[in-house]
Amino acid sequence: MRNIADDRVHLTREHAFELLRQMTRIRRFEEKCAELYTQEKIRGFLHLYIGEEANAVGVISTLSEDEAIVATYREHGHALVRGLPMNEVMAEMFGKAAGSSRGRGGSMHIFSARHRFFGGNAIVAGGLPLAVGLALADKMVGIERATCCFFGEGAAAEGEFHESLNLAALWHLPVLFVCENNLYAMGTALARSQSNPSISERAAVYGIESEAVDGMNVVDVEAAARRAVHAVRRGEGPRFIEAMTYRFRAHSMFDPDLYREKAEIEEWKKRDPIMLFADWALSAGILHQDDRQEIEAGVAQEIDAAVAFAEAADWEPVEDLVKDVISPPETVP
Amino acid sequence: MTTRRMTYREAVREALRESLTRDKRVFLMGEDVNRYGGAYACSLGLPAEFGDERIRDAPLSESAFVGAGIGAALGGMRPIVEIMTINFSLLALDQIVNSAATLRHMSGGQFSVPIVIRMATGAGRQLAAQHSHSLEGWYGHIPGIRVLAPATVADARGMLWPALMNPDPVVIMEHATLYNEEDELPTEGDMSVDIGKAAKRREGADATVIAHSACVKKALDAADMLASEGINCEVIDLRILRPLDDETIIASVRKTHRAIIVDEAWRSGSLAAEISSRITEQAFYDLDAPVARVCGAEVPIPYPRHLELAALPQPQSIAAAVRKAMRR
Ligand SMILES: Cc1ncc(C[n+]2csc(CCOP(=O)(O)OP(=O)(O)O)c2C)c(N)n1
Repeated sequence: MRNIADDRVHLTREHAFELLRQMTRIRRFEEKCAELYTQEKIRGFLHLYIGEEANAVGVISTLSEDEAIVATYREHGHALVRGLPMNEVMAEMFGKAAGSSRGRGGSMHIFSARHRFFGGNAIVAGGLPLAVGLALADKMVGIERATCCFFGEGAAAEGEFHESLNLAALWHLPVLFVCENNLYAMGTALARSQSNPSISERAAVYGIESEAVDGMNVVDVEAAARRAVHAVRRGEGPRFIEAMTYRFRAHSMFDPDLYREKAEIEEWKKRDPIMLFADWALSAGILHQDDRQEIEAGVAQEIDAAVAFAEAADWEPVEDLVKDVISPPETVP
Repeated sequence: MTTRRMTYREAVREALRESLTRDKRVFLMGEDVNRYGGAYACSLGLPAEFGDERIRDAPLSESAFVGAGIGAALGGMRPIVEIMTINFSLLALDQIVNSAATLRHMSGGQFSVPIVIRMATGAGRQLAAQHSHSLEGWYGHIPGIRVLAPATVADARGMLWPALMNPDPVVIMEHATLYNEEDELPTEGDMSVDIGKAAKRREGADATVIAHSACVKKALDAADMLASEGINCEVIDLRILRPLDDETIIASVRKTHRAIIVDEAWRSGSLAAEISSRITEQAFYDLDAPVARVCGAEVPIPYPRHLELAALPQPQSIAAAVRKAMRR
């Protein structure tokens, strides 16, 4: 476990470099996925995270490797920052057997037991009870660590959101809830879907200490996540972060994006988390122009390799169709 | 009679428009039905005609808005509630099973729940397990509701109004792969269809193939393949999954002496199992071969194309089952 005592973000050159590199990896990876989608290499639903990168990067950089993450169908970014190899994630997008879920899940269902990455869940709010349970397990066994659950603001209208928050608070469980509030649940704007548009206020009603942060600012997100994760680890019960963010692309590749103004999107793009952070780090002299180029070059290489890997990977044989529905007979007592 | 071409999606939309126009008590409620235009674009354009009150965006809260629909029906309205896909309908299953389906009986016949619940179902679009399941059989299991599965553009157009006029809860399953299907429909006249009867989609003497929803087309394709081999299949489209139209099914089996049931859902405990039982109960001595079933593989639907195809009934697998029943 890395140094957990310190609540402050230390923006060393190395750390800033890593924050920018991770955000860039997500951005470029997804741009590539959009391109591969038009080439029909990737099919089904594809939900891009472009614009929201600061949240996955800011939060996950505060977690230790053994702290579980539960995510949604918009989880490529979370998976990549958590450390799932890009090759495996890309192969999963293709549906190849070398994918992180053997190709069975595709874009919406990325899992990795070895990274304690528990999805990849396409049922809105379906992950919240799972996170509560993972935290319950830790608490019962006496392991002091946080479980982190990502979800959108749309999930806050579901019963499972309220039921989960209640349980987590009631049982004082070590969960960090991270609501990525991008203002739209598919085409339904926040004001059309939530009686009280402040999701963090609603979390607070359950007695959970909650904070809203600028989700376009990776440093703000990290600072809030640090405070929250440390409190959770110290056994102070669940914490809730509402990250105010925006998705620059449509909900999915099927979405004609008719429900919001182009001008609104352009306005938010001025707050592009990657651009803002890079500009700031450059002007503060923490990073140099060379660093940016080095990052872009490295990421481009990683993506090329991942695409080549996914292209070359095998399809799962049809004979294995009903494999992994239940455990193999020899493991059943 | 003049006709016009329309898609299944347009047929659903026109049926919605007709219902909203004919009866002021009718309203459509669901996630993204208004601003977004409906997840499958069925309600696209309707808000401009009928307003935000009657094309009502609901938050992500399946249990609450389906339950509210049931309450509105009790309160005298005629709600059409759209659930994005059958997978998500599980969040509302409590309201459907424990309230909608039971209220008439539990209240000694005092209350009706005239609600229509529409949902998309089925696999075939590489959306992986959480967006692809066929749980029609689960709904078919429940007394107190009527379950419809329009397999054709005409049925998509014609089932909604009679469903709304039905005093009991009606669940309509629209297969997600059918929305782009096209067909000719009459330009005018009453489009309503009989929501009590199965339909014979093809006459034949050698074997009865029983299917519903997207599998009807696959059964017809199989029948075409077999016709060139001299095997004439009769194809029955169930259309109504509850209550099942035993009469049409049994009459056909008595004529052809062979039954092959096609069901995209898993075989275990399926609608296909129920139909098979009914055939053996009612027409055992008329059979020249065991009742056969072509069902979905017992696996959550996988994402890759080749595995998804392998998991679902296909014309080839249906034809093979018919040949086997014919001992060919
Ligand atoms: C229970 C359930 N209902 C409906 C859907 C369809 N659906 C998928 S994503 C989505 C919008 C969710 O919005 P939000 O929670 O804000 O997350 P975002 O997509 O903005 O990241 C909807 C309605 C679903 N997947 N699950």
